[in-house]
Amino acid sequence: MTGPLLRLSGVQTHIGRYHILHGVDLEVPEGRTTVLLGRNGAGKTTTLRTIMGLWRASAGALQFGGRDITRMETPDIARLGIAYVPETMGVFTQLTVRENFLLATAGGRFDQRRLQGVFGLFPILEQKFDQTAGGLSGGQKQMLAVARAMLEPCRLMIVDEPTKGLAPSIITTLIEAFRLLADAGTTILLVEQNFHLARSVGDGVAAMDDGRVVHAGRMADLAADEALQARLLGLSLAAHQ
Amino acid sequence: MKPPSWSPVLIVPLLALAALPAMAGATWITLTVAGVTMGVMLFLMASGLTLVFGLMDVLNFAHGAFVTLGAFVAVSVMGALAGQAEAASWGANLAALGAAAAAAAAACGAVGWVFERVIVRRVYGSHLRQILITVGGLIIAQQLILAGWGAAPLHVGKPLMLRGSISLAGAAIETYRLAALAVGLVLFALMLGVLNRTRVGLLVRAGVENREMVEALGFRIRRLFVGVFVAGAALAGVGGAMWAVYQETVTVAIGAEMTILVFIVVIIGGLGSVGGCFAGAILVGLAANYVGFLAPRLALGTNIALMVAILLWRPRGLLPVSKS
Repeated sequence: MTGPLLRLSGVQTHIGRYHILHGVDLEVPEGRTTVLLGRNGAGKTTTLRTIMGLWRASAGALQFGGRDITRMETPDIARLGIAYVPETMGVFTQLTVRENFLLATAGGRFDQRRLQGVFGLFPILEQKFDQTAGGLSGGQKQMLAVARAMLEPCRLMIVDEPTKGLAPSIITTLIEAFRLLADAGTTILLVEQNFHLARSVGDGVAAMDDGRVVHAGRMADLAADEALQARLLGLSLAAHQ
Repeated sequence: MKPPSWSPVLIVPLLALAALPAMAGATWITLTVAGVTMGVMLFLMASGLTLVFGLMDVLNFAHGAFVTLGAFVAVSVMGALAGQAEAASWGANLAALGAAAAAAAAACGAVGWVFERVIVRRVYGSHLRQILITVGGLIIAQQLILAGWGAAPLHVGKPLMLRGSISLAGAAIETYRLAALAVGLVLFALMLGVLNRTRVGLLVRAGVENREMVEALGFRIRRLFVGVFVAGAALAGVGGAMWAVYQETVTVAIGAEMTILVFIVVIIGGLGSVGGCFAGAILVGLAANYVGFLAPRLALGTNIALMVAILLWRPRGLLPVSKS
């Protein structure tokens, strides 16, 4: 693979009358974890939703694996091998944990090896397998959302703020999950405001502000440069250190 | 979000029990069976509407047109099969009724498919346009039916063996009501089976709750919606067919009249909820029969009053679907 797995070039997105993305340029290298940082309202979630085709880019181009996905429908984008965990988790609260999992499987059948792997990481989901997802705690729902994305092999996993409002013990479990995925060679694009998690799992980093990527580089460089951290992320970062 | 509680459905048996002291036991049995039967037929007409709204947020005011079309197709088929319908044979009678219901379902399903492609598909995401264009669709459908079948009311007799009544604990129960009840319960069970035991049903249930996430998992929700729309139209057609034979007279206004009841059922049940729709339909059927007997002057306003009372108690209906 010579180019990045995912490339956004000058992507602009409007939501109704509002101009949210003003020309996002972003590259996500294959087999690496790229963290998208930025204050609230910078355009991180809009960028992920535009990649998934949930909001249509009004200008610019998106390429995945060398293929133009700018005008593709969401189901077609997902079928290219992109797993998406939205900020709202996307858990079906009126379905059981088993049924939530089944929706993510190819042909409605579990790969037992992967299922047991997920249970090894999130044992509580095995205990609550036949319970309605609406009865899970917030942390358990987040586990379910991430676990569901892990059930089938994917080329890219996109995760939007998985640690929002979660207890530290659950965040630790999620860090372990992302490390396992990364070790298995999965490419991850992660939106995260918790810099502890971002630094733990990220290889690369892109910082957004006002609908643009204003910095892209190695996570190690950002972690070592406090002045850059302060400039790019300011108070929102300090609050999470 | 906690999983939905089924306890609000207890209002249905509570209503039935509350009516018991106000009338003789035999009368209560007759009215209860009549109410449940009416409710089951209402459910057939309403179930498609609630799923269409839940899955794609589409308000289809033309749903009543499928009820009307189903009724007229059924009357025509029953007329053509008068020999079987008048024969003193359960098999021949049920075959005639089954053929009428099947023809109604097929005709309404086919028209539903065209209606979705030509009209509904153009107004996704705009409730105002949906209301305007589907009300227009209802008017056009009524005029087309008038052009095809004429303006005079059509009469249809019940199949011979389904006329009359049987006695149960001293109560007279119309045979046709029991047959309609059986058909409705079988279709309800089939629907539950599809929704709860198949992958398509799983997708429908997931799509009603979070359409966007189903698409992000790689499923084309619009194809699913077309299937649900067609199935809903076909079920409305079956409901119209059963209702037409039950009433024995059909006019072009039947769909518009039932539309009001169907919307009340869907709102009482909770938009998008099949279980709520069933409970709401039975509740409406029971209330209409009890009030019609106890206070006939209040009968016209019963359903609206029931809806207002339920919404004051549970503003999103008996078993609302949580949207995430």
